[in-house]
Amino acid sequence: MKLRPFRLTLLGLTCLIPAALGAVLLFLALFSWPAIRFNGIGFLLSETWSLGNLYADPVKQGGMLVPIGASYGILVFLVGTLATSAIALLIAVPVSLGVAMFLAEGVSPRLRGGLALIVEMLAVVPSVVYGLWGVTVLVPLVAHVLAPALSDAIGFIPFFRVTSGSGFGLFAAALVLTLMVVPIITTTVLDALTRVPREAKEAAYALGTTRFEMVRKAMLPMVRPSIVGAVILGLGRALGETMAVLMVSGGALNYLPGTINSPVSTMASFIVSQLDSAEQDPTGMAVRSLAEIALVLFIITVVVNVIARLMVRGVGKPARV
Amino acid sequence: MLSLAGWSACAVAFVLVALPVFDILFLVISRGLAAFSPALFTQVTNGTSGGLANAISGTLILSAGALLFGVPVGVGGGIYLAEFGNGRFGAIVRFVADVLTGIPSIVLGYFAYITLITGLGWHFSVLAGSVTLAIIIIPYMARLTELVLRQVPQSLREAAYALGAPERKVILRVVFPIGWPGILTSILLALAISVGETAPLIYTAGWSNYMWHGKLIGEPIGYLTYVIWSFINQPAASAHALAFAAGFLVIVTVLAINIAARLVLRRTGGGQ
Repeated sequence: MKLRPFRLTLLGLTCLIPAALGAVLLFLALFSWPAIRFNGIGFLLSETWSLGNLYADPVKQGGMLVPIGASYGILVFLVGTLATSAIALLIAVPVSLGVAMFLAEGVSPRLRGGLALIVEMLAVVPSVVYGLWGVTVLVPLVAHVLAPALSDAIGFIPFFRVTSGSGFGLFAAALVLTLMVVPIITTTVLDALTRVPREAKEAAYALGTTRFEMVRKAMLPMVRPSIVGAVILGLGRALGETMAVLMVSGGALNYLPGTINSPVSTMASFIVSQLDSAEQDPTGMAVRSLAEIALVLFIITVVVNVIARLMVRGVGKPARV
Repeated sequence: MLSLAGWSACAVAFVLVALPVFDILFLVISRGLAAFSPALFTQVTNGTSGGLANAISGTLILSAGALLFGVPVGVGGGIYLAEFGNGRFGAIVRFVADVLTGIPSIVLGYFAYITLITGLGWHFSVLAGSVTLAIIIIPYMARLTELVLRQVPQSLREAAYALGAPERKVILRVVFPIGWPGILTSILLALAISVGETAPLIYTAGWSNYMWHGKLIGEPIGYLTYVIWSFINQPAASAHALAFAAGFLVIVTVLAINIAARLVLRRTGGGQ
């Protein structure tokens, strides 16, 4: 076979992409291995994250040197991550479908491009700018308007009964995540809706539907696989979102959220907020336990993304080859 | 009647999404402009006051570094996927790249922290920050580059091969020039990601109040997104002013890059 240096160079560069994914998994796993052995399954089930006494001499526990009283449990952050993402999707899915339907069939095609651009802008704003806006506008709005209004309306459910709170917490974090997830779902669904064949729409009209019924009963069901894939992609984004959530979530330690206004920490935001403290641990177990959080987050987001890609793959493909 | 209610709900949903967009832009631009002064560009940060010269130059340096490491792999990988990626290997790389774009940047940042910062002992540095950003942008660039190169008509490649051109010439002289606007777009979008990224930089680039002295490792560097995150939580009014000024610079840069990317694509009819 002829040696082709140009193609081989490109191949070498290309191999770096899967190599990067493999390296991330390998090094996170290797580095956190002592923490995985020390923490055991309690890592996922315990609410207590404590670095222990960093000033006393470390003690040997299970063959490993750790600070006295050290305990690494991430249940609080797991719950925080799942709760913020779940609430965000609960709001984002109906809103995104409404926006996508509105842009696909509710406005004239001439307006569509410009209006869709507004939604796409949401995807362009960097996470930390969302945080800046969240701290200045959204958090006060949640504290003084949204949370009290929600409490008045459905406060008979304890989860929504808010008596006090700074606004930093679960609700604000979920709302910021909502804004970040909406463009992902909207653009994917809008794209799918605009590719629904004209014959299908005309068939629905012929059955005597109104335009809204046609969109709702004929077009939406046709693009359902795209919707499911887009929602899971959005979930992946929400689970790993860091800066904006860190800035508006209040940060919770050893404390599960009781109401919608409780402070929370997500796995991603906790890694950023805790590395400084973790570095003070002379045994290094805290830094390794943070790596274990990163590893758990890595596995969760990879699984979510693999599912989403497999679902979107079959339907989203352009016809061109 | 039901239709009217349905469309109204859809319109309300759109307004609910559009309002925050305008409010974010209005807030950051108005407060950012209010904080504007020439000193922002000439002075370095001093505690939580002073200027942003260190952060502005740091963001430029880190982004340039990210492109330096990221473009060869991202664009090279994209070319390979478009030209030779129809087999199983191509399918795997494509899938892995898609999955990689979905991994939270903080996870990649922590990976860089344990390998580059503590493992190789680079400490917070330009090199570590740039490499981390490069890992983040490579999969986006590869997939976008592949997408635009696949739109280059197959007949052009065949014509070039028929003239006896070798593979390298076909790609560099025929495919690449035609696909260049699209590749430029993917590079621009990667640049926008680099400028707006925060979390993975905090523990790879660190932060510095001073201008960069040119050391690739062992010297931390400032960047704009750090100012936004860190200074908005400080009590001083000067800190808030700097945070909004930094926010203004970041969002204007990111928007300008995105508009430029769209213009490049439109002018060449890439979206046809």
